[in-house]
Amino acid sequence: MLEVREIHKTYEGLPLLAGVSFEVRSGKIVCLLGESGSGKSTLLRIIAGLEPSDSGQVCWNGADMSMIPPHKRGFGLMFQDYALFPHRTVAENVAFGLRMQQLPKPVVQAKTLEALRAIRMETFADRSVTELSGGEQQRVALARALAPGPRLLMLDEPLGALDHSLRLQLMDELREVLHESRKPAIYVTHDREEAFAVADRLLILHQGVIAQEGTAKELYEQPANAWIAGFLGLGNLVPGVVSRLEPLTVQTSLGNLQANPGNLSFALGEQCSVLLRPKDAKISIEQGSPNTFEGNVRDCVFMGEYYQLEVDAWGQKLKLHSSNKIPCGNKVNFSFSTEQVLCLKV
Amino acid sequence: MKYPVNKRVLGAALLWLLPAAFLLIFFYQPLFAILRLAFSSTFDGGWQGASAAQVLKPLGFTLWQAVLSTLLTLLVGLPAAYLFSHYEFKGREGLHLLSLLPFILPTVVVAACFNTLLGPRGWLNLGLMALLNLSEPPIRMLQSLPAILLAHVFYNTAIIIRLVGSAWSRLDQKLVHAAQMLGASPWQAFREVTLPLLLPAITGASLLVFLFDFTSFGVVLMLGGPQFATLEVEIYTQALYMLNLRLAAVLSLVQLACTLLVAWLQSRASQPRYGKAAVSAERANLRPARSAGEKAFIAVMVILLVMLILTPLLSLITRSFVTLEAARGERGQIQTGFTLRYYQELFQNRTGSLFYVPPIIAVRNSLVYALLTVVIATSLGLLGAYALNQPWKANRILEPFFMLPLGASAVTLGLGFLVAFRQPAWSSMPFPLLIPIAHALVALPMVVRTLLPALRSIPSSLRQAAGTLGADEPRVFREVDLPLLLRPLLVSMVFAFTISLGEFGASSFLSSAQTPTIPVAIYRYISQPGALNYGQALAMSTLLLVVCGMGIFLIEKIRLPGEELF
Repeated sequence: MLEVREIHKTYEGLPLLAGVSFEVRSGKIVCLLGESGSGKSTLLRIIAGLEPSDSGQVCWNGADMSMIPPHKRGFGLMFQDYALFPHRTVAENVAFGLRMQQLPKPVVQAKTLEALRAIRMETFADRSVTELSGGEQQRVALARALAPGPRLLMLDEPLGALDHSLRLQLMDELREVLHESRKPAIYVTHDREEAFAVADRLLILHQGVIAQEGTAKELYEQPANAWIAGFLGLGNLVPGVVSRLEPLTVQTSLGNLQANPGNLSFALGEQCSVLLRPKDAKISIEQGSPNTFEGNVRDCVFMGEYYQLEVDAWGQKLKLHSSNKIPCGNKVNFSFSTEQVLCLKV
Repeated sequence: MKYPVNKRVLGAALLWLLPAAFLLIFFYQPLFAILRLAFSSTFDGGWQGASAAQVLKPLGFTLWQAVLSTLLTLLVGLPAAYLFSHYEFKGREGLHLLSLLPFILPTVVVAACFNTLLGPRGWLNLGLMALLNLSEPPIRMLQSLPAILLAHVFYNTAIIIRLVGSAWSRLDQKLVHAAQMLGASPWQAFREVTLPLLLPAITGASLLVFLFDFTSFGVVLMLGGPQFATLEVEIYTQALYMLNLRLAAVLSLVQLACTLLVAWLQSRASQPRYGKAAVSAERANLRPARSAGEKAFIAVMVILLVMLILTPLLSLITRSFVTLEAARGERGQIQTGFTLRYYQELFQNRTGSLFYVPPIIAVRNSLVYALLTVVIATSLGLLGAYALNQPWKANRILEPFFMLPLGASAVTLGLGFLVAFRQPAWSSMPFPLLIPIAHALVALPMVVRTLLPALRSIPSSLRQAAGTLGADEPRVFREVDLPLLLRPLLVSMVFAFTISLGEFGASSFLSSAQTPTIPVAIYRYISQPGALNYGQALAMSTLLLVVCGMGIFLIEKIRLPGEELF
């Protein structure tokens, strides 16, 4: 089990990591989610031992690793742009970690072949890695990191450099390989979709600390604050002030909204944000009961399974999903049921 | 649309005409003359040109000293390259600039530097004589192999620092980290990843250093002496003193063959092998020292480099302001004092001075030649670079045609001029005018090598964009090319200027007694007895040092980031 305790790190005089703590239990895949520049990669490098932290501890099964050099930690790291050795072939890249363990040559060869088979690239063994496509490089990098059997695997934006369709395809493959290997893993990404697909647990790194930790479902249903809801792209966030407590009512530029406090409690007059998920909007032409608002359709885009409307309601721009096409310039009424309107701390 | 295409082809052909004619007349014709001279006697009977020993002995020594010099340069240069590519420390930029200074210094200045440090009238001997009360200089380090090697290390460490250092600082540190994460110890990671990836840069830089050591002329002539004749010095001696032009021609061809081979190997070795795969941003690997060991390494290297570079330079500058004369009749008693006399004397013509003209004339000559060189080399270089940038198949042949002068040594050039232009057909031509032409030939490949990458880096889409916005071709050149080429053009002008000022090999063949250049004058003065001659040589060397120092400073300030100088 990996334990990360109170890691602090300043970068060029500014605090980058301000006391990060978490653990990774055996066999679990933890996703570290954060904006670019939030210190995710630095945190990985600190765990790997490639960079010193200012303070804090990295422990493996209770033993402090700080005096142990990277090559003796037994952690694997898959780099963001793969860092494949350009002067070595595909097979030599995969064999590198095995060779470093001083294994006999036949064993190295056998294990290399096995690793290449697992990613279905045994025919590429003698190719130069510089000739490979992005997706092939990604698979070789994964095979290389897994081959020496690390006790912890870290992946730094493993799909970051790939285009969208390839990403979706490799995401499934990666999830399969990771789950099959049953190794504890830390998966760094800034992409919600990737994190939700791969992770057992998610950690959100924001302003140098873990802002929220939980399963994908927990984060989706109850983001800890408005920033996280925005970062995860959960929907429209409308700022407002709590104007009534029973039932919870938030005064916004749209008007008064009845909202669901979730497991949070609010004070009268507190600044907050309400989350309006586009898919929850009920679009109609007629006026209705509470939580119904009127707006002008500014844009209507066909997205396949729905039309995405951009609606201007009292100067507040909202994205809403509609099953029917509502042309630009039309007035539209929309409503949200109270349970679905989540009130969030700012 | 046939007409504009034809016009383009014609225009491109015209681009070629001027530089090609220049090279044909002033490089290939002399080369051919040397060739003819070397083989001429085979046809009219007994070929008494050169015995095997006459060629093999200087060749052997040239190789031997070049190999030794290169190895010693690597010994100093590799740790220095590591220092500059990995550590951020106080004064790093300054030291980096300083380390480049020797490379651009004229050979005579370097020779003068080491003369004032190690020579019989140099600081070391003067100090020891005063300390031990000796009447003779105790150290005879000049006229020895160590002096030559030391000067070569001083000269070429910059190449290793620049080429290997730049490759090392761009080596993607993630590759090393990846090796460590796969269980490689730091030493294993160095051996398995860093070294193989740096090898092209190390080989390329070593071969370049070897090339410079192999063709080194002024340093060997002035610090070595007759018993240390390299091919270059031997060509010079045979042509100008033994009047054995044929042997000189044979030696020139041997020399040219060797340099071309090394230059070819060098260009092959330094071709980037792995594309962008192993490259990161230039300064990405820099960081301050953390452990005590790292701090100690930095301190030792900084002191070593400062000593290696500054000691000879300072010794020259200080020595040029000091009289240190053993007064007549009182051997061992040394008068010391600050003086500006050596500088003042530059303007005076004394009877009994070795010159018929005051030394300031040499300064004037050199400046005139340098300006002419700038004009010739940059205009022809610009035309040549444009021609080479055309998407023709012919450029595969034309590029080597253009770059071959880089392989020919200055002494070979001087010899070629001597042999080719002493024909009656050319006798009306004033001989000194050949000097700026020779200098331009030396500078031309450098100019093209500076301009061509800059030209190639201008995306053609910029010109097309300007075209679609309504600019005609001359306008496109003025609005797009010229502003983007301004810095490289300035750099190549400064290059041409300093190369011309410091050029010694060809000038020593071509300048007459009345028309010396600064380096030729320095050479004549420094080997003469008498404190005044010595002092004047040092004064001129110091002036040249200052000008070249400013030149390298200018080049560093205006060159495009990321462009290497070699």
